[in-house]
Amino acid sequence: MTQIELRGVQKYFGAVQVIKDLNLKIDDNEFIVLLGQSGCGKTTTLRAIAGLETIDGGDILIDGKPVQHLKAADRDIAMVFQSFSLYPHMSVYENIAFPLRATRKSKAEIDQEVRSVAKTLQITDLLAKKPSALSGGDMQRVAIGRALVRRPKAMLMDEPIGALDAKLREEMRAEIKRLHIKQGSTSIYVTHDQIEAMSLADRIVIMHEGVLQQVGSPDDVYSHPANLFVAQFVGSPVMNVAEASVTEKASAASVTVGDATTGFEFPRALLSKLNGHAGGKLALGIRPEGVIVRHEAADGFLPVETQIVEPLGSFDIVDIKVGSRMLRARTKSGFVSGPGEKVFARIDPAQAHFFDVASGRSLGVRL
Amino acid sequence: MAAVRTSSEIGFNRAAIVAVLVVTIIFLAPIYWIASTAFKPRNLATTIPPTVVFQPEISPFVKLFAKRSQLRSPPTPEEYAAAPWWERVVFNGGEKIVRDGKGEVQWSGYPSRFMNSLIVAITSTVLAVGMGTFTAYGFSRFRVKGEADLLFFILSTRMLPPVVVAIPMFLMYRAVGLNDSHLGLIILYTAFNLSFSVWLMKGFMDEIPKEYEEAALVDGYTRMEAFFKIVLPEAATGIAATAVFCFITAWNEYAFALIMTSRRAQTAPPFIPSQVGSGLPDWTVIAAGTFLFLLPVAIFTFLLRNHLLRGMSFGAIRK
Repeated sequence: MTQIELRGVQKYFGAVQVIKDLNLKIDDNEFIVLLGQSGCGKTTTLRAIAGLETIDGGDILIDGKPVQHLKAADRDIAMVFQSFSLYPHMSVYENIAFPLRATRKSKAEIDQEVRSVAKTLQITDLLAKKPSALSGGDMQRVAIGRALVRRPKAMLMDEPIGALDAKLREEMRAEIKRLHIKQGSTSIYVTHDQIEAMSLADRIVIMHEGVLQQVGSPDDVYSHPANLFVAQFVGSPVMNVAEASVTEKASAASVTVGDATTGFEFPRALLSKLNGHAGGKLALGIRPEGVIVRHEAADGFLPVETQIVEPLGSFDIVDIKVGSRMLRARTKSGFVSGPGEKVFARIDPAQAHFFDVASGRSLGVRL
Repeated sequence: MAAVRTSSEIGFNRAAIVAVLVVTIIFLAPIYWIASTAFKPRNLATTIPPTVVFQPEISPFVKLFAKRSQLRSPPTPEEYAAAPWWERVVFNGGEKIVRDGKGEVQWSGYPSRFMNSLIVAITSTVLAVGMGTFTAYGFSRFRVKGEADLLFFILSTRMLPPVVVAIPMFLMYRAVGLNDSHLGLIILYTAFNLSFSVWLMKGFMDEIPKEYEEAALVDGYTRMEAFFKIVLPEAATGIAATAVFCFITAWNEYAFALIMTSRRAQTAPPFIPSQVGSGLPDWTVIAAGTFLFLLPVAIFTFLLRNHLLRGMSFGAIRK
C-alpha cells in the first residue's frame, strides 16, 4: 500500500521556477504518467520524488509521511532512467543484485530474488553478460529488473523507452503494462510521448512550464481537455483550434470559423451552455474525426475545398479550407481523390470544444 | 563482404607503415643502446664503430650492485678458484669486490638509491592520484563557488618551470629539516603532480554519467558508497592513465632530487650520473643502472595497459 502526495511543491533552478505549486495525489497501485514537453518540469518532479532533487517549498508525502528531507536511499523508491544507467563494470546478475546488497539480505536470499526477477523478465540467460553486450530492449529489461528486485514502495520511470527504436518501443510499452498489472506497484512514468501516456496510464498528469494543466484518465484528457494546451498536446493528429464566433440563427446556433461567410449549424442549446461567453472571444476546438466530410450536399453541410491530403494507411487526413482557415478532417482512406476537390463538411457538435481565448480555459460545453 | 580498397589507399597505408617503423626505430634506438651497453664487456662499450655483435655479459650488473676497488695485483690462483662466479667476473675486469671485516660483501650505493626512487615515486603517485581523484569528483559533481577560478589557480601552479623555486624550496626545506628526507621529496612530487592529476581526473570524472551514481543513490547507497562502488571502478581507466603519468614524472625527476637530497633519500636519477666520476668511467655499469631504472616504468605501464585502452565502459549508457 503506497500513496504518494505532492502538496504545494515548488522548485527553482536559480531564478527560474521549474515547478509551480504542484498538488497531486497518487493512489496505491496506480499508474500515473507525467506528460509534457521537454522542460515542463516533469522529470524534475520525478527526481524530486526520488530524492535526487531538493525542493524549495511544499511537501512530498509517501504514505502520509513527509519525505522531502530524506535521502534518496531512505525513501525506498526505485527508478528506471532513460539512459538505463546499468553499471558497466558489473554483470547483469550483479546489476540486479546491487540494490539488494545495500540491504542485509543473505547471499542465498539475494540469489533467489535475482533469479526470480530474471525469470519474470525472461532475462535468465543474460545474467552472466556485461551490459555492453546487451541490446537496447534487454538493457531496459535489466534496468526494470534492478528496480523491481527490491520490491520498492514505488517505481519511478523517466522516459524508460525513449531511447529505443519505434518497434521495440511498442513491444516494451506492452511489457511495462503487463508487468504493472502483474506486480501492481504504484508507478510514476515520465514521457513526452502522448501515445505512451494514453496507452499506459490509469491517470495522465499534463504539465506545461512547471504548472499542472490537467489530471485525468486518458479518455478524460482526450475527450474533455481542460484548456487549449491540453487540447492541442493530447491527440494525434492535433486538434483543430480556430477562433470562432457564435450567433443565434433562426431556431439554432451558428458557429462561424475565422472570417468565413457562413457558419456551421449547432443545436440551440449551445447558446445557453456558453453561459454568456457567446459574445466574447471564443476558440472552437474540434478533433479531425469531428469534422465530417461527404461528397453530396446535405442539411447543415457547408461547401468546402480540399487542400492537402495526407494518406496515413488506415485513414486520410484532409485539409479543408473554411474561410481563410484550414481545418483537418479525418476520412476513410481514398475518400478524397486529391487537392482542389469540392466536398461538403460539417462539425459534429458532440465533439466540439469551446475555449475562452483570453484564459485558454475550456468552457466545459458538452452537447 | 570485404571492403574495396583503391590502389592509392593501399599506397597510403604502406607509406604510413614505413613512417610508423621509422618513428619506432628512432624512439627505440636509445633504449637498445642502453640495453646493449648494459650487457657488453667493458672494452667493447666505447668502440668506434660501435660493436653490435658480442658475447653478452652479466658483469656490469654485478659491478652495479657490489662495492668495488681496483686490484693492485692480480688475485692468486687459490683466491680466484675460491671465489664465486660473480666475484670472478669482477676479478676478470681488474677489480675486486669490497668485503667488511667479517667477509660480508659490501653493497654499492645503487640498491638503496633504487629503493628511494621506488618509495618516493610510489607514495607521491598514490597521494597525488588519490587527492586528485577526490578533488576532481568534487569539482565535477557539486556546484563549487568560483569553480573556474579555483581550477585555474590549481593549474597556475604549473605555469612556471619548477626549477625556479628550487633554491627557495631548498632553503625552506633546510630550515624545517626536510632536506635529504623521503617525506620532503614525497611532499614536493605530490604537490607538483597534484594540479596535473586534478585536471586530468576532472576530465575523466566529467565523462562518467552522473546517472550511475543517481541509480546507486536510489538503489539504497550513500554518496560515499556510490563513489567507491560505482565511480571509482568507472574511473579506473582515468586513474590508471593519471597514475602512469604521475609515476613517470616522479620517477624521472632529476633537478629537485639533485638539490634536495645527498645520501639518505637520494633517488636514482642524480645517483647514476654521479658514477661517471673523473677517471675512466665504466659505461657498462652506468648503462646497467640506467637499464634497471627503466624497468619499473615499463612494467607499471605494461600492467596498466588494459586500463589505458579506452572503451571499457562503452555501450552501457544510451545517449
